[in-house]
Amino acid sequence: MTTIKVSTTINGDPVDYLCEPQETLLDALRDRLGLTGAKEGCGTGDCGACSVILDGRLVCACLVMGAEAEGRAVETIEGLADGEELHPLQQKFIDHAALQCGVCTPGFLVAAKSLLDRNPDPTETEVRYWLAGNLCRCTGYDKIVRAVMDTAADMREAR
Amino acid sequence: MPLDARLDAQDRSFKVVGTRPSRPDGIDKVTGRARFGADMSAPGMLVGKVLRSPHPHARIRSIDASAAEALPGVKAVVTQADFATQDGDLHDTLINVMAGDKALYEGHAVAAVAATTTAIAQKALKLIEVDYEVLPHVTDVDAAMAPDAPLLHDDMVTQGVEPAPSKPSNVAQRHEFGHGDVEAGFAQAEVIVERAFKTEAAHQGYIEPHACLASVGPDGQGELWCCTQGHYMVRNTCAELLGMDISKLRVTASEIGGGFGGKTTVFVEPVALALSRKAGHPVKIVMTRSEVFRATGPTSSSSIWVKVGATKDGRITAGQAELRYQGGAFAGSPVEFGAMSAFACYDLEHINVVGYDVVANRPKQAAYRAPGAPMSAFAIESVISEVADKIGMDPVDFRLKNAAKEGTESAYGPTYGRIGLIETLEAAKAHPNYQAPLGPNQGRGVACGFWFNFGGQTCVNLNINVDGTVALALGTPDIGGSRASMCQMAAEELGIAYDNVRAIVADTSSLGYNDITEGSRTTFSSGLATIEAARDAITRLCERAAIMWGIPADAVVWENGHAKPAGPNAGDFEPLSLAEIAKVSGSTGGPIAGHCEVNAEGAGVSFATHLVDVEVDPETGATEVLRYLVVQDAGKAIHPSYVEGQYQGGAVQGIGWALNEEYIYGEDGRLQNPGFLDYRIPVASDVPMIDTVIVEIPNPGHPYGVRGVGETSIVPPLAAIANAVSHAAGVRMTQVPMSPPRILKAIDEAKANGGPGA
Amino acid sequence: MRYEAPDTTEAAVQLLAAETGLARVLAGGTDLLVQLRSGMVDPDLVVDIKRIEVMRQISEEDGGFRIGAAVSSAELGEHAALSAAWPGVVEAAELIGSTQIQGRCTMVGNLCNASPAADSVPAMVAAAAMVTLVGPDGRRELPAEAVAEAPGKTSLQKGELVESVFLPKRPPRSGDAYLRFIPRTEMDIAVVGAGVSLTLDEQGTCQTARVSLGAVAPRVLLVEDSANCLIGTKVGAAALEALAAAASAACSPIDDKRGTVEFRIKVAGVLARRAAEKALERAKGTA
Repeated sequence: MTTIKVSTTINGDPVDYLCEPQETLLDALRDRLGLTGAKEGCGTGDCGACSVILDGRLVCACLVMGAEAEGRAVETIEGLADGEELHPLQQKFIDHAALQCGVCTPGFLVAAKSLLDRNPDPTETEVRYWLAGNLCRCTGYDKIVRAVMDTAADMREAR
Repeated sequence: MPLDARLDAQDRSFKVVGTRPSRPDGIDKVTGRARFGADMSAPGMLVGKVLRSPHPHARIRSIDASAAEALPGVKAVVTQADFATQDGDLHDTLINVMAGDKALYEGHAVAAVAATTTAIAQKALKLIEVDYEVLPHVTDVDAAMAPDAPLLHDDMVTQGVEPAPSKPSNVAQRHEFGHGDVEAGFAQAEVIVERAFKTEAAHQGYIEPHACLASVGPDGQGELWCCTQGHYMVRNTCAELLGMDISKLRVTASEIGGGFGGKTTVFVEPVALALSRKAGHPVKIVMTRSEVFRATGPTSSSSIWVKVGATKDGRITAGQAELRYQGGAFAGSPVEFGAMSAFACYDLEHINVVGYDVVANRPKQAAYRAPGAPMSAFAIESVISEVADKIGMDPVDFRLKNAAKEGTESAYGPTYGRIGLIETLEAAKAHPNYQAPLGPNQGRGVACGFWFNFGGQTCVNLNINVDGTVALALGTPDIGGSRASMCQMAAEELGIAYDNVRAIVADTSSLGYNDITEGSRTTFSSGLATIEAARDAITRLCERAAIMWGIPADAVVWENGHAKPAGPNAGDFEPLSLAEIAKVSGSTGGPIAGHCEVNAEGAGVSFATHLVDVEVDPETGATEVLRYLVVQDAGKAIHPSYVEGQYQGGAVQGIGWALNEEYIYGEDGRLQNPGFLDYRIPVASDVPMIDTVIVEIPNPGHPYGVRGVGETSIVPPLAAIANAVSHAAGVRMTQVPMSPPRILKAIDEAKANGGPGA
Repeated sequence: MRYEAPDTTEAAVQLLAAETGLARVLAGGTDLLVQLRSGMVDPDLVVDIKRIEVMRQISEEDGGFRIGAAVSSAELGEHAALSAAWPGVVEAAELIGSTQIQGRCTMVGNLCNASPAADSVPAMVAAAAMVTLVGPDGRRELPAEAVAEAPGKTSLQKGELVESVFLPKRPPRSGDAYLRFIPRTEMDIAVVGAGVSLTLDEQGTCQTARVSLGAVAPRVLLVEDSANCLIGTKVGAAALEALAAAASAACSPIDDKRGTVEFRIKVAGVLARRAAEKALERAKGTA
């Protein structure tokens, strides 16, 4: 096996890591870099718990090879808050009780941020379809969808 | 009940209870900082992987691991021989954790390795040679009960049958519940509906796979980090399976990424400990999603027959049912709960329910939210609605006329105290959803549900810090926000601010034994114990105030978070706050703490009514859920947002089970859909907002009136949706899930038989 | 396993041709990484084509659109001119998996994975898409329907890979549509898929039509019998019923965890009819 050296940017910081060719970006984040916020719920792209943003695009880190991150920019849940200042979505998820066990929460937050970056005024249907790749087994989605809609409304008002 | 459970819920006004504060673990969970089962690492850690049987039923002639052991990087290989022999209660648990002479289902663990990397561990698994003699298998419950079915256990003789059968079978036990004389009841009936139903197995579908990190030192002392609903259970079970003293194993519960009953037993935890003990290094095992589906417990599949008779004016005269639940390869399906709860919503003179606990070549079932109840409720509530349709009565009115109430003798024995079924029915009827107009191909369904709720062993410590804040140590893993509820109850009782209480889930060495977070027991039992621990601390606080004032302890009372003289005779002192007493505790006798150890009883039963509208596409059989209402009795909602969350989550799990979720087996006895791609749990775009109404009929067994709320919400959905689909499509659906091919087939068959019409 | 990320098509071809073991092309990776993880494939070489500029582009060519093999579904949806010309193809590509999957998956990957249930393939087949292959012996063109031979098997030669797919210029009064049936609203593999592309004359009579079906046979079908039911008609109720019947008749599906034979046959007709209705509305400009 040939170990690959990868130079990338994670949450704005330059990062180098070594990985095996068959390792995924999720493996690299969790096992090489200790960034365990992204979770592995399925390993097949069906649950969205490992959602990260790669060069501005929402992806499942389990379906990206670690080597592919060379020269790219990766955003993870660990970079969502600005220091002690939570992203509005993070605060709304707490306010709306939009999490129960919380294991899907990082993926939902990253996916929802990606939505609001593109569409500041989504309909309920748009929110539900955008987030359809993020499975939540606890909440029935109701409070998650409300938290995202409410965040969008607040952020529009703040503009 | 040994505790002073002063029932003051009905006339008490709460300050903190009933509000919606932020949860203590919220920030950790929205920032990625919270550590779940797979998020922990240790220096020198090895990767553990499990070898699983590809056959649904096979004799294991031999296992040769020599080639795997010789592979560089492999540090240990274990088989069942590495565990302590079990003849008692844990016999089946051990065999399920690691197979012995037989593999009983596809995915059954037969060996495990620990290696320096995942790749080496996977390579090592391929080098383990298992000599299997493949045996005939059976996965369907009715087929497993057939006289010529392949036998899983040569020594299984049906319990609960007199006289005992002379031959072994796949039926582990027969249960029977009821009262009255059903034949006499049916003789009084003017309308009788009799039907057979089937439900497929559904998995709990928690998003976090089972994961653990085990470390056993050469001194035989072990530590285990794992995601579980009950770390005390994990500790006791693992210690016994490994032949260790309980005191030598410390288990820490990680944050848990969902359980719903599926994390109430052990799978990989004892295996990781055995590997670590043998390898002399920490070992981490994380299940893949495929392993979760193939080797952990879904709930039972079932086959149910129901007969209900009624008079034309809407009085049920008799109810009868036969339930067959297969619970996987071992005895213990939840058929007993299914049978007990079957007619629990009704006040009936004549009831008879028989249940059969059946084994089949599938993974051992694990508890799933109100285990056993959704299946029997599906069958019975479908028939109840059909009877209402037949006599032309509104389905809510029909249920109201026959609803269980205070004083009703339940089918399973006890006579109900104050319960809230009628209130849930009335609230559903009054809700705008019940008046919403329906369009073409749309239908409405209603169903009720019941769950027992449990109490159980609980131990809580409440420590008063010198700055006036409170550290609350709980022993029940928090799967849905329970730490917030406990902080609320502690703050309420002590009369301090919510933010001044911090709750943790303590490890197994820090508290006495706590039962698992299951049976909707946590807010009830740990809540009750938290209140008692707070009252215990208040007694100490009053004693310290007495010392500070130089008066007798019984001359001090606690009001609004302050110690006060009991009356004018006690002396004239300014009230002392909790913080003022705590600040000087070092000079008045040392630390102040409250404790409670209890085996809690008095968990009040809980009822719910669900109302759903659906639209069925008659050309494809696809069902869309248009609106959904959950009405449920919470006794007292401590944190209403999390109560609503339980209602909504349970309803959507039920929607998934009703429409799409199922274990699909091939002819080869292998699971065809061990992944989230084809085991189809609802996604966000599949469901509407889930409307909720919280009914509060206080439980006399809890100081604040709490009833467990976690489980009842999955009981009515299967039937509610079946009733709605049947009305929308014009055909009675009798199999769950009501997948599009099944609905389309039913519609087409009805057309062929002379037009749709249920 | 080696990982290579060449920056030209020629370099990619050289790598693939020179590999003596098993080689796999990595575009979006949404199928390949799942196969790697499950142990279904264990390649010696993975060639990532996402650093090849020409494969990352959508360009207008002869009034049609050339789409690079590494262009993701999300990028297709963001291309206004392409979405206006070929809404059915774009909606098919945007039905694959989740938002996360659509950020990575490619139509060419969908084609080369050779699954009969691939969502974008019936739409491409209905659109008469042409595929450009590059190999050690040079370039060649194939119709989209000729790429998959059987489930998981393509007609690509050793060392060959797809560089782009070409969607031809649309005459006026043309419309296309793709519909699929899945048990949920998202995230599932198609149980049945149907693509229709048609062009009307000035009187509203159907001049040309192509109808394709997915997940009802070992490979995606081009159903000429269904298309013939539309050509020369105003695409009224009778023509649509005939099209549906012909679509159902063309099916030779299997029973599996996703659907039954009878369900697939019946729903293939229903979806073909509904897709034709949608394509018709688009052709008339009423959609």
